[in-house]
Amino acid sequence: MKQLAVISGKGGTGKTTITAALAALAGNVVIADCDVDAPNLALLVRSNLRESYDYSGSKISVIDKDKCVQCDTCVEFCRFQAIIRYEVDPLACEGCGVCYHVCPAGAVMRTDDQSGNWYVSDTSYGPMVHARLQPGRGNSGKLVAVVRERARVIAEDNYSLVIIDGPPGIGCPVISTITGITGALVVTEPTLSGIHDLKRILEVCRHFAVPARVCINKCDLSETNTKEIMKWLAANEVAATVGIPQDKDVIDATVHGVPIVEWSSGDAVHAVRRLWKQLQEWLENLSGGS
Amino acid sequence: MILSVASGKGGTGKTTVGAGLALVLAQRMGIRFIDADVEEPDAHILLQPQITGTSAVTVPVPEIDKSRCTGCGRCADICAFGAITQGLKDVWLLPALCHGCGGCSILCPEQAIGEVYRTVGHVDRGYAVNIEFAHGRLNPGEAQVTPVIKTVKQEICGTMSAIIDSPPGTSCAMVEAIRGSDMCLLVTEPTPLGINDLALAWEVTAQLGIKMQVVINRCDLSDQAELYCEQRQVPVIARLPYDQQLATAYARGASPLINRFWQHKFELLAQAVWGDRV
Repeated sequence: MKQLAVISGKGGTGKTTITAALAALAGNVVIADCDVDAPNLALLVRSNLRESYDYSGSKISVIDKDKCVQCDTCVEFCRFQAIIRYEVDPLACEGCGVCYHVCPAGAVMRTDDQSGNWYVSDTSYGPMVHARLQPGRGNSGKLVAVVRERARVIAEDNYSLVIIDGPPGIGCPVISTITGITGALVVTEPTLSGIHDLKRILEVCRHFAVPARVCINKCDLSETNTKEIMKWLAANEVAATVGIPQDKDVIDATVHGVPIVEWSSGDAVHAVRRLWKQLQEWLENLSGGS
Repeated sequence: MILSVASGKGGTGKTTVGAGLALVLAQRMGIRFIDADVEEPDAHILLQPQITGTSAVTVPVPEIDKSRCTGCGRCADICAFGAITQGLKDVWLLPALCHGCGGCSILCPEQAIGEVYRTVGHVDRGYAVNIEFAHGRLNPGEAQVTPVIKTVKQEICGTMSAIIDSPPGTSCAMVEAIRGSDMCLLVTEPTPLGINDLALAWEVTAQLGIKMQVVINRCDLSDQAELYCEQRQVPVIARLPYDQQLATAYARGASPLINRFWQHKFELLAQAVWGDRV
């Protein structure tokens, strides 16, 4: 069983669009949407919700005003400025529990913080595990780990591939997305910002020993930058896949909430089909991820 | 005025909008620009600041004095993040998981735990014409983003207006970036993905009590965002059309003020946000 994560570093390069297209081409896969902050895959992949679970990432502190003697000990020791006028701000609370331990009046309680939900849905291409962290909350990395683990369990013995839609950035939810996968497809764009961010996400992949290949989306936006990316990749021994050209059909498909491979058969779709073949061969030759 | 620019969905044009505003304001007043997208900071590409200084962002991690440690494991019990594990006779640290709460150090009965500092990123400071610039850079491989965001936001001081470029998403990093701002521009695109994430980002600004205005970027691709905002009475402060020339300029890292049309668009936006102060 192999696990392929689609990541980017820079936001908006086309991860979700490409993940949906790959899932449609693969058929019979397990899909995982690990962008738990702002999950979008279900908008492109028709799904029926099957199971729903509460997620509690950490405990959160709550002050009992009847017991509180307003001694300010909790404020003194809280390093996250989360206690204001003897009330805990749930968006600032780190969940460390120091206030609970230091309070001389026993006025602080720690409760499970239900900060999100995760789901299993059925799609035309296979089961999908996805989640939604409540806006503003932390511990997204842990929720990603929950999604990853359920996807792995569903896939084990029944499916040969898990396709993972990753979040943007390089922080903890991305790290949680890529740990233990077979390989990462890094989607970039030929802009100076895209190049800058590509180098950082590849450094993260290297740090965690995750094999990576790079797909340049909208490759005809700038021939100069595409050439520069290819040159840099060659010098750093990272392989590129086929590039995907700009194509109005992609925008139309996205606006209509349909995977691009089911909308048209233009230049971009043609390239994505070639991309899928390349990825299949690549994954076959890689170990790890099961 | 402290203005943050966020989105929910990545790639909608946050940095372009923030940088365009900064450049148009800088034509008549001093402005501070804080790039708080510390995982992938890009605004320096468009603003071209001269960097004049760098400082490390450090976080405290525990250091155990083995001569005093009795291996009681109280620290491991207290730690909410799994950064300390109890062994047979001692305790092990996993610094990457530490959130720097200080609990272990404060509560160790033998006072055997001190703290040392570990570098997780950097803040670079600099300037472009009339723009005081700072961005945070998380070290690739580090998980914790918020300490770097908090540190770069400390550059906001005095009476100078500031624009904060937020990271994408709606979780704690975005919260940390926009917290304390007077107004937040949410940049969206008229696709189901853009609108879905706009709704989530709106929830965060509302929870933080920050006044919010929407910028619909690539507004001519569809009317979905316009209809959404109308139905939910979400205030729209600007509508920016798709422009292949602007996309190409962005690709080569050029300022978004590529012609009179875009100069005027950003002037109108600056006036809408800053009013008579501009």
